Amino acid sequence: MSLAEKYPQEVQQILSKYPPHGKRSALMPLLFIAQRDEGYISKAAMQDIAALLDITETEVAGVVGFYTLYHEEKEGKYRIQVCTDLPCALRGAEGFMGDLCDHLKIKAGETTEDGLVTVEAVMCLAACDRAPMFQLQGPDAIEYHEHMTVEKTMELIGELKQSEE
Amino acid sequence: MDKQISLTIDGRQVTVPAGLNIVDAAKQAGVDIPVFCHHPKLEPVGMCRMCLVEIGRPVRDRATGQFVVEDGAPKIQFMPKLETACTNKVEEGMVINTQTAKVADAQRGTVEFLLTSHPLDCPICDKGGECALQDLNMKYGPRSSRFRLEEKQRFVKPVPLGELIWLDRERCIFCARCVRFQDEIAGDAVLEFDDRARPMRIISVSEPGFDSVFSGNTTDICPVGALTTEDFRFGARPWEMEAASSICTQCPVGCNTTLNTRREARSNGEIVVKRVMPRQNEEVNEIWICDKGRFAYHYAQGEQRLTRPMIRKEKKLARASWDAATQLAAEKFLKAKKDFVVLASGRLANEDLFNLKMLADHAGGKAYLYSHMAGGELTSLVGVSAGTNIGTMGAGSAIVVVASDLYQEAPIWYLRVKQAQERGATLIVLNPRETKLDRYATRAIRYEYGEEVKAVRDLTKANEAGEALLKSRDVVVFYGSEGLGVAGSQNLAAACAKLLNDNNFTGRPNNGLIGVWERANDQGAWEIGFTVEDDLAKALKGKAVYIVGADPVHDGPKLAKALAEAEFVVVQDVMTTETVGIADVVLPAQAFTEREGTLTSGERRVQRFYPAVPVTGESRPDFAIVSQVARNMGVILEGTSAAVVFDLLAATVKSFDGLDYAKLAEVREQLPTVGGNDRYYGGTTYDNKDGLGAHLSTAATRGEKVSIPKAQKEALPTLKEKELLAVPVNKLYHRGTTMMVAELLHQRIGETSVSAHPSAAMRLGLSAGQTVNVSFDGVSGEAVLKLDDTLDEKILLTPRSMGMAIREPVAAKVKA
Amino acid sequence: MTHVLLRHREIPDIGKLSVYQNNGGLAAFKNAVTKMKPGEVIDVVKNSGLRGRGGAGFPTGMKWSFADAKSWPHYMVANADESEPGTFKDREVMENNPFQFLEGVMIGSYAVGANIAYIYLRGEFWQIAESLDRKISELEAEGYLGDKIFGTDYSLRIYTHLGAGAYICGEETALLESLEGRRGQPRVRPPFPPSEGLYGKPTIINNVETFTNVPMIMANGAEWYKSMGTADAPGVKIFSLSGRVRKPGNYELPFGTTFRDLIYKYGGGVQDSRSVRAIMPAGASSSLILVDDDSILDTPMDYLEVRKLKSELGSASVIIVDDTVSMDWLINKTVHFFRHESCGKCTPCREGTFWMSHLTERIHTGQAVRADVDLLLNVAKQMQGKCLCALGEFSTMAVVSSLERFREDFDKAVQA
Ligand SMILES: Cc1cc2nc3c(=O)[nH]c(=O)nc-3n(C[C@H](O)[C@H](O)[C@H](O)COP(=O)(O)O)c2cc1C
Ligand code: SF4
Ligand code: FES
Repeated sequence: MSLAEKYPQEVQQILSKYPPHGKRSALMPLLFIAQRDEGYISKAAMQDIAALLDITETEVAGVVGFYTLYHEEKEGKYRIQVCTDLPCALRGAEGFMGDLCDHLKIKAGETTEDGLVTVEAVMCLAACDRAPMFQLQGPDAIEYHEHMTVEKTMELIGELKQSEE
Repeated sequence: MDKQISLTIDGRQVTVPAGLNIVDAAKQAGVDIPVFCHHPKLEPVGMCRMCLVEIGRPVRDRATGQFVVEDGAPKIQFMPKLETACTNKVEEGMVINTQTAKVADAQRGTVEFLLTSHPLDCPICDKGGECALQDLNMKYGPRSSRFRLEEKQRFVKPVPLGELIWLDRERCIFCARCVRFQDEIAGDAVLEFDDRARPMRIISVSEPGFDSVFSGNTTDICPVGALTTEDFRFGARPWEMEAASSICTQCPVGCNTTLNTRREARSNGEIVVKRVMPRQNEEVNEIWICDKGRFAYHYAQGEQRLTRPMIRKEKKLARASWDAATQLAAEKFLKAKKDFVVLASGRLANEDLFNLKMLADHAGGKAYLYSHMAGGELTSLVGVSAGTNIGTMGAGSAIVVVASDLYQEAPIWYLRVKQAQERGATLIVLNPRETKLDRYATRAIRYEYGEEVKAVRDLTKANEAGEALLKSRDVVVFYGSEGLGVAGSQNLAAACAKLLNDNNFTGRPNNGLIGVWERANDQGAWEIGFTVEDDLAKALKGKAVYIVGADPVHDGPKLAKALAEAEFVVVQDVMTTETVGIADVVLPAQAFTEREGTLTSGERRVQRFYPAVPVTGESRPDFAIVSQVARNMGVILEGTSAAVVFDLLAATVKSFDGLDYAKLAEVREQLPTVGGNDRYYGGTTYDNKDGLGAHLSTAATRGEKVSIPKAQKEALPTLKEKELLAVPVNKLYHRGTTMMVAELLHQRIGETSVSAHPSAAMRLGLSAGQTVNVSFDGVSGEAVLKLDDTLDEKILLTPRSMGMAIREPVAAKVKA
Repeated sequence: MTHVLLRHREIPDIGKLSVYQNNGGLAAFKNAVTKMKPGEVIDVVKNSGLRGRGGAGFPTGMKWSFADAKSWPHYMVANADESEPGTFKDREVMENNPFQFLEGVMIGSYAVGANIAYIYLRGEFWQIAESLDRKISELEAEGYLGDKIFGTDYSLRIYTHLGAGAYICGEETALLESLEGRRGQPRVRPPFPPSEGLYGKPTIINNVETFTNVPMIMANGAEWYKSMGTADAPGVKIFSLSGRVRKPGNYELPFGTTFRDLIYKYGGGVQDSRSVRAIMPAGASSSLILVDDDSILDTPMDYLEVRKLKSELGSASVIIVDDTVSMDWLINKTVHFFRHESCGKCTPCREGTFWMSHLTERIHTGQAVRADVDLLLNVAKQMQGKCLCALGEFSTMAVVSSLERFREDFDKAVQA
């Protein structure tokens, strides 16, 4: 089923934001819907969106490739994206990241064995005064978790695990 | 752009047209500013940073707006930073320095940056020898690298972007010329960058990969060896090849080409064509050609070639001398008297067709053009003429395209029409089904198959399209044969011709009728006086037939049967066809690559082609063979010099009056400058040294009175239950004789298929992807069924030359 | 002091429409639309001396007056991409004082004749976008947005648009590309957005904080605004203070406040009571200010004074670097950021950031020789002045300044 059939109202609402000659502007919001739907952006979704916006699939793929929040592969259901950029690093983000990975027995960029979380280092998230921090990119939302410790993070992961069961 | 601008470049005062960017202006003034991303046909993007120069602008007094003068000279203010010459337009009084130490340092730096991750694999790179990066590194780059080998960005080399084009991502310098060409010029945005920053790379995820009939052009304008064609890859080094000017013979556009040839061991020491390259003709193809023209040339060399004359003896073709073969042919033709029929195709040159027509006339026989499309006598009357250049059409002019899918039938016309629309021309597209050109149409008008004449007549009615059309200064009409046979296209041509003639859109540049013919020289055949025959099978039955450059047996059982019942069949061709299989005499002709001659494009431009490779076997040029046959029939025709045949043609056929080979070989300066020594600038397109060709005159330009026959409405067959109206349409890549030799294109040609509306399929109990049997007129064939909900429910779309012998709309039974 | 921008710190529920209204909110917008001509609004903003808070400090009123009156429609765009490392001020404003920001967008839109305004937020600000959408609906419901506002001929709609993780989309032309559904790569300029912007039409782009100043200026007058700050930079600024300080966070202060006050009076001083070694006043894009002399901390913060220290104030994201930090580590961080965020469009930035990152990595990990340090400086300078947009230039700032001002750290790194 196409996105327009599955989420008619949302798709309509997105399209209504832009003038007719600016229809292509709807591309990025539609990609977010596709990603929410499947956890990543599949080839089928790209074809679907291309047809909807009257552009080529390759143009869609080029946009997906440019932005870091779009994923073309299914990895962990949740992504813990730790800011290790300069300001956070000056406040201990790198140590936090290392400890967290040790606890989860994975390396940065890897996914836990149960496929629940992927831990990644990312660039500045505009929360430099509340390091260590990360954003949790889940299927439905992006949440900020600030002033974090490894303990608090493990608790959070525990909750995620529970909600899965 | 008549306004001129004076400025100073490297201390020299120059005057250039206003509106130019500095790179192009400097070029016109003889100064080369190095570029990578800039291409004169594309919008400037300023991304490679190779063209950085110092730009000074005269200071104006805020109050008066006058230039400030200091020490007797205008005060010039330079920006602290260098600026890109490709994105800045020339301004009055500008001072541009391209040779300072600061500029040289920037150029050296840019080349060094570009080479940091470059693989430096020039020795095995196809672009070596005609590579902008190589050339500019020699001139501007550092001689050694400060970048560590092991730190280079690596990619798996090379990857296919489809089966025609390969991409070497390590060689790519991110100029985006290919991406921009596909988007801006071709209108097929099937290339993009993936990722960003240094890992960035070109991708194409279309189905099939790189889904565009213009893909080969990207390999010309790629300034490095990142994009190469499967056809030429590892084929030869540029400096080993000779170049001969030619004309593409694949469609009526008449693109100017250059054939690159080489003598090589892998071809048994023969000289062979290695690649077909575009040759600049801004009035015809600019610097582009389509992939069919680039890749489908292989039939001219290879095992299928006919190399010697043959005569059928005891059911088998046996080798014969030229004398014996032509004598036998002549004998039979003479005996047939008025039952002598010449059946020739628009694959032949003007010279060949002229001799054939002369022969038929002298012998009292008939000369038929082998084509399903008629109306050429009208394009001779009110066709386009001298001064016509679609590349100059824009605001104030209108283009009508009716019953044709230009993208499939004449890709470069598609491209030029699209651009005319983008420059402001009104584009009206009339077709029963959606075609690619609709996207650019000011008005896309649908009619039902059979209603084309009415659709054209309705254009003059008081409606939006009609008003836009009639108030235009210039109007060009392209008409084709979508869903039409001889009778239908004849009527359509008449309707179009009337529209043009009644409203005075004839006899001036950029006005007139253009036929979207099947073959390269159909227009030439019409000018020379060939006609088409509606019921060809009947016309051939029992006759002595001289078939030249056509394969009717392959094209349909009806024609095959008629020829089987012919009195005598002489086949003259370049390659072994199915028709050769039934011939009594076979005469081997030279390919267009082996001889000289001229072709008349659909725009009625006569253009010369030149020999590129040695003659194959005993083959002779068509016009010479015809002259030999004629001599044996007692008719004297010129047979030694193509130029002399042309002179005779020009003296005989009014529209050719005043033309000769010297005139056709004339060239004028063309902008932008491409080819020659500055390949980095425009790409590997060749410059034109051998002729831009010349337009034929029309009755209208000669001031003759023109009368247009009345168009009849075509009577479509009535459909019974379970029948659909099978309508023929044209495809660029089809299963025609010459195409099938180009193995590279087989995937694009695809299987034989027909298309119908889903509900029609449902009614007939058929489903998508199923192989169906299609029968009509006692003929039947198999095809895969495709569903297309944009079609009318009565219609069965049947591509021509795809194994389904259909010339005109017919009632067809479709079953599992 | 009472805040001009971070007013939620005194008025806790100012994020509620009724509270905002009760505190004078939206009166300025109503007054502008019903009683003023667009040009008069622009004049007030011009007179206030307000300069853009996105980094370049361009006079806002002047920018608004550039919207090409010969080409229509006009668009207004709020730049809420906030991705410069060390910047987190727009986020606090949008989360806590959203109506003041929105009112600024509304007044600006009226002033430049835009009937549509887009708020371009970085993709990570997903929750903020949702909350802004709700606020926008409230404004529509109350007749502040929509058709024929207050019975006049003026109509305005505001839409949010999320990015998806790309620092370059804060650059205004890359932002427009992204907003048009394309890869976020900058356009060549000219033409500048006020003549050809979104969909090729005149477009005014301002930072969130810039907009947030506008309602207060309209309510209290240009003279009131100019009474704060310095002659070079009137008014107040939100300083995002981060790095090695005890109390990092946003501090809204008048321009001209000294670094010392920011760090010690508001930021609680340096962590572990160490000393300030360097200051990066404009996030990762800064030239490092060498604090080898204590008096440097007394420099008042405005564009002019910071430039005298051979740096730029930028968006005032002040990162404090103490004496525990080695510069080879620091520039390795910044260069990796830019290497990751380079859009890849132009040669010097794409290749230069990649090259520099190899060098800084090797230098930092002790695998380099002295010549590599010279080469790094050379590569950075080779990039300067040649890139298509400012990102490439930014990537060289910390490198060149630290190599020139903290050479000893690099000598130590290559000796090891
Ligand atoms: C690489 C780069 C990133 C930028 N990021 C931002 C940003 O995140 N937010 C912002 O408001 N301006 C950013 N800018 C500045 C904008 O291009 C633009 O100047 C600004 O939005 C104008 O608004 P203002 O006049 O209100 O400052 C950035 C500029 C560059 C070159
Ligand atoms: S400087 Fe960097 S970010 Fe800017 S255009 Fe060039 S590659 Fe893109
Ligand atoms: S930047 Fe001018 S040619 Fe590439």
